[in-house]
Formats: sequence, C-alpha cells, structure tokens
Amino acid sequence: MRAFPRGFWLRRYGSWLIIGPPLLFLFVFFLIPFAFALLISFSDTAVRVPPFRDILMVGPDWHIHINLNLGNFAYLFTDEVYGLSYLYSIKTAFFSTLICLAIGYPMAYAIARTSKSVQSILLLIVILPFWTSFLLRVYALEGIIRETGLLNTALLWLGIIHHPLQIMRTTPAVYLGIIYSYLPFMILPLFATLEKLDLSLLEAAADLGSPPWLTFLDVTLPLSMPGIIAGSMLVFIPAIGEFVIPTLLGGPDNLMIGRVLWDEFFGNRDWPVASAVAIAFLVLLVGPIALYQHYSTKQLEA
Amino acid sequence: MQEQRPTVFLMSILCLGIAILYLPIFVLIGYSFNASALVSVWGGFSTKWYLALLHNDQLLDAAWLSLEIGVVVSTGSVILGTLAAVALVRFKRFRGRLLLTGMVNAPLVMPEIITGITQLLLFVSMLHLFGWPHRGFVTIVIAHIAFCTAYVTITVQSRLYAADRSLEEAAMDLGAGPVRAFVDTTLPLIAPALASSWLLSFTLSLDDLVISSFVSGPGASTLPMVIFSKVKLGVSPDINALASLVICAVGACVLAAGVLMRRAERQRLSDTQLAER
Repeated sequence: MRAFPRGFWLRRYGSWLIIGPPLLFLFVFFLIPFAFALLISFSDTAVRVPPFRDILMVGPDWHIHINLNLGNFAYLFTDEVYGLSYLYSIKTAFFSTLICLAIGYPMAYAIARTSKSVQSILLLIVILPFWTSFLLRVYALEGIIRETGLLNTALLWLGIIHHPLQIMRTTPAVYLGIIYSYLPFMILPLFATLEKLDLSLLEAAADLGSPPWLTFLDVTLPLSMPGIIAGSMLVFIPAIGEFVIPTLLGGPDNLMIGRVLWDEFFGNRDWPVASAVAIAFLVLLVGPIALYQHYSTKQLEA
Repeated sequence: MQEQRPTVFLMSILCLGIAILYLPIFVLIGYSFNASALVSVWGGFSTKWYLALLHNDQLLDAAWLSLEIGVVVSTGSVILGTLAAVALVRFKRFRGRLLLTGMVNAPLVMPEIITGITQLLLFVSMLHLFGWPHRGFVTIVIAHIAFCTAYVTITVQSRLYAADRSLEEAAMDLGAGPVRAFVDTTLPLIAPALASSWLLSFTLSLDDLVISSFVSGPGASTLPMVIFSKVKLGVSPDINALASLVICAVGACVLAAGVLMRRAERQRLSDTQLAER
C-alpha cells in the first residue's frame, strides 16, 4: 500500500522542522514589515483607524484597484526639515564616529597588547556598559554634565570657571552622549583585528630601520582596516538613527532624523509621510550596512 | 617571540577611557543614597528613595510587565535562535539559507527606530485585516523576539562550530536517531551558550525603549517607557534609586553570562587536552 518506506517524509523534510520556525518567524515579523512600510509610504492619510488609506482595494465588480500616491516622497523634497535633519544626522554621526575611533583605537590597542588573562578581564569591563541599560546610561551622563552636576561643581571648586557651563541641551552634549554610549561598539571589533596582528611584522619593520610611527602607518593601520571599518559602521549606523540622546541631552536645534520620525508618528500621526521618511532613511543606510557586512564577515573568516 | 607590552601612554588612555565609561554610573549610584531631595546637594546617607519605590505602583506595574515580557522573550528567542543556529551550521545547503543569514544579521545593525516603525505598521495592518494582534504585551513580545533571536543565533552558532561532531556521530553509530544523538551529546556542550544567551536576551528585552514604544498599545507601559517619560523632565532622586537597581541587576546578569561562557571555555580546553593525552 505504502508508496514510500517508513520515515521517508521525516528524513526528506525533517530538516524543515528546524529551519522552518525561525525562517518563518523572522520572515513574517522582521522582513514583511519593511514591505508594509513601503506600501504605506505610497498611501494617504485618512481620518480613521489605522490612519491611512488602503493601497489595494477590491471593488464590487471584483476589479482590483491600486492607488499609488507618490506625493509623500515628493513632500520630502519640498519641506526642507527632512533634508536638513538627514544632513544634520549624518554630520553628527560622522564626527562622533571619528572621535570614537580616536579614543577607541588606542584603548583597543592597549587591551590587545596585555597578557591573555588581563585581556579577558579588560574586555569584560569594556563590554559591561555595552549591555547595561542604554537609557539609564544617558540619564547618568546628565548627572555629570547638568548645571549643578559633578563636572561644573568640580570646575567651580577648582576655580577654573566662575559660572557653571551650560552643556545640557547643546550640541556638545549630543556628541558626548553618542561617544559615551557607543564607545564599546568601536572597541570590540578593533580589538578583534588588533589581537590577531602578527607582531613579527612589526619586528621586521623595526629591524629594517623603520621608526615606530612609520611602522604604525605602514603596517598596523592598514592591517587593522577591517576592524576600523566594522567598528566605525557599528557606531555610525545606530548614531544616525539615534533618538534618545538628542531628545534627552540635546536642545531644539539638534533635530536628528530619529526625532523627526518619532514626532511624525506620535505627534503629527501622518503615518504615510513618516513611512516615506523611514524608507528614504533605509535607502541611505544600505551602503553603510553593506560595508559593515562585508568587513565583519571578512573578519570572521580571517 | 617576545610579547610587546603596551606603553605607559597607551595604558593611561585605556584607564582614562574606562574611567569615563564608569564614572557617570558610579555617580548615579552615589546620588541614589542622597537624603536630600535636591539632587545637587548632599544631604547625608539614606535609603529612603529605595523604600519610596516600593510604594510607587506605576513603577512596580511597569517593572513587573517588563520582567514578564523579558522571561517570555528570552525563552522564545533561545528556542528560535538555537534552531536557526543549528540550521545554519548543520545544513549547508537549503532553500532560504541566504535569506535566513540576512534576517539573522540585519537586526544587529538596523537602527531601532526603523525596526520599531516597520513592525508597528505590520501590527496595525494585521489588526485591520485579521483582527489580531492588539497592541500590547503580545506585540512587544513578538518585536523583541525578532531582534533577540539574532543575538542568540550568533552566540550559539560560534559554539556549535567549536563543538566536536564526532561524539554525535559516535552516538548515531551506536543506534541513536539524529535528534536523540544531538540532545545527548551536542546539547550539553552548547548549554552554557544557551544559558548565557538567555540572560543576554533578557537584558536586551528589559532595556529596550524605542521598539517597545512603537509597538506597545495603551495600558502596556514597560519600565523603560515609564522611566523615559519621567527622565524627560530632568533628574529626580527616585529615578536614581530605580536606575541603580536596574543597572546592578543587568550587570549581575551580564557577569553571570560572562562567567558561564568562560567556565565552559575552560572546561572545553581541559577536555580536549584530556582527549589528546
């Protein structure tokens, strides 16, 4: 009666019991949402729940009507707040990444040159804040830099300044917040490449008469490039979309794209325009994300 | 070859950097024991802000909700993440492999605000089309599982690559089925990775503000959402106390995860040495 031997289907398709659930879950709840955002970005606002018009409509004659509205994307170009906040976010993220790199590189280098047992302790110390509540760390920073905070108290006491510095609600506060929050993201990939660096190359360069700074520029720096790129992207990408830091530490001038998106959704409730902003933002991110994926897989393979 | 010691200059930058990373946290914990309600003046040591937390129902409800979500999320994402890791490590070729790899890596670099918005739009459309899910507990859990799974998969994947497959093959030669062989030999080997990724998922879920804010509905405010709404108004002593508690709890979780992984790594090294003898 049976066309197949016992257990055939299990052996042939059993692997899908393992592959299926995560694939299906992530497909439905991570990938499909992007398709919805794209669809809704072509819709219009409507006074109803949900607050946008359907794109696909099946009429009474069973004809399918597709109403695409390109106006939202055009709107992004007419209202300059979007373009300005994109540029401002990119600028802020770019300079924060540079400063993170300048601080993180020597730190990662120092960790990579300590003995193995010290290394694992130092790494744990650096990773710990990376997992500790992001929101609470930004809040903790406020305790340092606010008008009556530790920094101003100390500077006043030392007599360096005579009036408290206004740091909160300014651009430097936003930079400080981003650098403070994302520094561990920079250090970890840098450490991973610097740890693998072949020290005999440095010795060879020194034997051939190269001064240490030239050896650094000619040997260490190019070899640690994958770590530099991976770390920079790990800071740059989330920093562009940052919402918490400009909201808590920044002033009204620090209009980053994350804040615009948040206000569009919760303040104006213009979801189609907000979706268009999100999609445009995503398109801008494709380059950096691809760059990160390329260099991080390179690092894994090494 | 001789070790190259870091110079004094490098070490001082390292120490300074670490000090900067920790200073705000220690200052925050210090202020949480300040008796004075004026956050800038030291009024003596007191634990009254901690006691006040016990009477703040809004915070307690939010904390309880966050803990519930955290437990469900970390359990769910350990299951899904382990399945994904096994799929990616053990099945070299299958349809959708590239898709799965991409979906496992993308949440790690996607800005939270984008993930949150897109998931909100999905849930709203689903509710409109199917009448499910209502925004709240369920949608927060689903959204958190989607990004925690990525972290679990990465952690478990590296352990699976390191785990010795010959034990599993031996078990199968002795007549165990593939599932039985996996559960009896490989699962104990990757158990520390599962435990530590459970803890890490828990802290990630407990910590998330942006995604939760988007996908949550009325009446479901997680702890970070309540904290955020208070923190926007400035520094306050009871939030200092709460923040200190959360930071210590999360720190303990991460330390435990780190210790678990290190112990497992040592065990593995000594096992290999024994086997080679």
